Amino acid sequence: MRIALFATCLADTLFPEAAKATVLLLERLGHEVVFPAEQTCCGQMHVNTGYQKEALSLIKRYASVFDPYDVIVAPSGSCVGSIRHQHQMVAASYGDAGLVSRAADVASRTYELSELLIDVLQVEDVGAYYPHRVTYHPTCHSLRMTRVGDKPLRLLRQVRGLDLVELPAAEQCCGFGGTFAIKNAETSTAMLADKMTNIVSTGADVCTAGDASCLMHIGGGLSRLRTGVKTVHLAEILAAT
Amino acid sequence: MSTFLGMPATAPRGVGHLRGSLPFPEAAHEALGNSQLRRNLRHATTTIRGKSGKVIAELPDWQQLRDAGSAIKADVMSRLPSLLEQLEENVRAAGGVVHWAADANEANRIVTDLVRATGSPRVIKVKSMATQEIGLNEALEEAGITPVETDLAELIVQLGEDKPSHILVPAIHRNRSEIREIFLRAMPGVDPALTDDPPVLAAAARRYLRETFLSTKVAVSGANFAIAETGTLGVVESEGNGRMCLTLPDTLITVMGIEKVLPTWRDLEVFLQLLPRASTGERMNPYTTMWTGVTPGDGPQNFHLVLLDNGRSAVLADTVGRQALHCIRCSACLNVCPVYERTGGHSYGSVYPGPIGAVLSPQLTGVADNASLPYASSLCGACFDACPVKIDIPSLLVHLRNQVPHPAGEKAVMKAAAYTMARPRLYANAQRAAKLARIAGRRGRGLPPPLSGWTAGRDLPEIPKQTFRDWWAER
Repeated sequence: MRIALFATCLADTLFPEAAKATVLLLERLGHEVVFPAEQTCCGQMHVNTGYQKEALSLIKRYASVFDPYDVIVAPSGSCVGSIRHQHQMVAASYGDAGLVSRAADVASRTYELSELLIDVLQVEDVGAYYPHRVTYHPTCHSLRMTRVGDKPLRLLRQVRGLDLVELPAAEQCCGFGGTFAIKNAETSTAMLADKMTNIVSTGADVCTAGDASCLMHIGGGLSRLRTGVKTVHLAEILAAT
Repeated sequence: MSTFLGMPATAPRGVGHLRGSLPFPEAAHEALGNSQLRRNLRHATTTIRGKSGKVIAELPDWQQLRDAGSAIKADVMSRLPSLLEQLEENVRAAGGVVHWAADANEANRIVTDLVRATGSPRVIKVKSMATQEIGLNEALEEAGITPVETDLAELIVQLGEDKPSHILVPAIHRNRSEIREIFLRAMPGVDPALTDDPPVLAAAARRYLRETFLSTKVAVSGANFAIAETGTLGVVESEGNGRMCLTLPDTLITVMGIEKVLPTWRDLEVFLQLLPRASTGERMNPYTTMWTGVTPGDGPQNFHLVLLDNGRSAVLADTVGRQALHCIRCSACLNVCPVYERTGGHSYGSVYPGPIGAVLSPQLTGVADNASLPYASSLCGACFDACPVKIDIPSLLVHLRNQVPHPAGEKAVMKAAAYTMARPRLYANAQRAAKLARIAGRRGRGLPPPLSGWTAGRDLPEIPKQTFRDWWAER
């Protein structure tokens, strides 16, 4: 299958390993990956901070750049959630009817990585080997916006060598929330403290998730406290052999 | 939302409790450092979450009930004026008197005048969010009338000269030793040997309240529901103190937000299943009191209904924002909110705290007066999943953030970011320039404000040697 990669601005810039792993994993499974170079950002940061008008050009760009592709994948439950739930809304407020239907159409062809693997490519065992004790944090947007359910866990359970340990209070937010972590840094830190306590309590040496943003937040805290626990994107674990 | 002539007014300043004195992050700063508060909140919200989750799981049709609740409320909002007129007509026909209050000042004046006319120096009160919202107690006190809260937790708050911090359990921030101290200090006729044993504390309140019930001729209540087709009002509660107020006095005055009306008696079937399970985690609330006007020889012989707007028509005018009026004040969103659990209710400044408060308060006052509240959320979405009438609170927060007046510096940065991201070549150059961020020092400790909040508790990621797109181009 020919799959277009939406790398997301964050992975492209700060966490390229997550995007590279997505490419290498899909190629290993026998698919062709293309990277439309005109892509930038889904606009979620603008929308969620109160700048919908400014996000319009990014939403237009996403719809036109990815329109030619039947299947689009992003290694982020949060960006996919924004594409599915916010693009049409902003298009309706600031764009035109044509953009609304184009945005809806492209969004319906956009999948989060675990959705693509399980729902579209129908594979649970991706042939990965990752000999570590791992705990999985279901990010809020992957869980409650994109609704990936237990798909990431189903994929992780098939990874050879991987010791999957359950994260207590897994469904509680890590406190990232985009600009929330800046505007309400102290409350965000209080939420992160509890998330880190739960991660450390599992004895895992790796915390994984489907979003580089939440992992940047959790990883930033775990690193500051010198816990020795690493954060690794789900795509990197699934790509490992 | 655009403004036009004849736009309904928002809730007035200088009266009531919809505005805090500090922006949310500053108010939260204090709460986050209060270890007793943090412990109380964690314990209380975890307990209610567990209880509620259990009884909700018993209902196979919970999702359909939520859909039904949402649909009924959407219908109500689409024809609110005619339903209110129908309610007025039926309350009058049953012997009640209906008053229309455009805002808090008018509602306070109406209630104060009604109490004065009875000559009673005191009123007993049923727990009510609407009267907290308008600051009725302060207005009554100014007129020389003593309001006595009869809900145990509201009584604790009142005697402690405190503010409620939760919609359902307003004294959630207090523990039993604090409650004992408050009772010893402020409860008339309290036994000085009072202990902090919960049954002992409850018995002390009971003794005090029984005397008050039997000697007070006027009661003030809110209402959970009003039925337009019959003119019936309803209050649901746990303690029975509400029923004392609703049945014993000669005069009953009910202050109700206009959004509480339901079209038909049958609609109650949905809400009486949704509310207790989402709220207290009970299958059914212990006391449900319904009354229709005046019944000769039984219960209050004078009944007044005060229909309160106080910004609600302005909320209704926003076709997206009006969902907030669907709220049935169950407080499920507070109990699942990770922000509320850590900051408590007082940080929100308004009597409506938590996720629903973060959308309702700014709409009632106009967003400029509560500009920090729509940002008091990580948009985690737990509130939306918990809401028994499916209010999409995260989307409403995003909707309100889009209306907030933005700080100039932030606006410039966001515009520049959008400009760059709309131009792939410029964007790629900016990405490469990000490597310069290494000047922030090893692991990026100590970024300048407003980013300093991040580096105070978290390291920054190492800037990678190569962006993904550069790697792709080299392949």
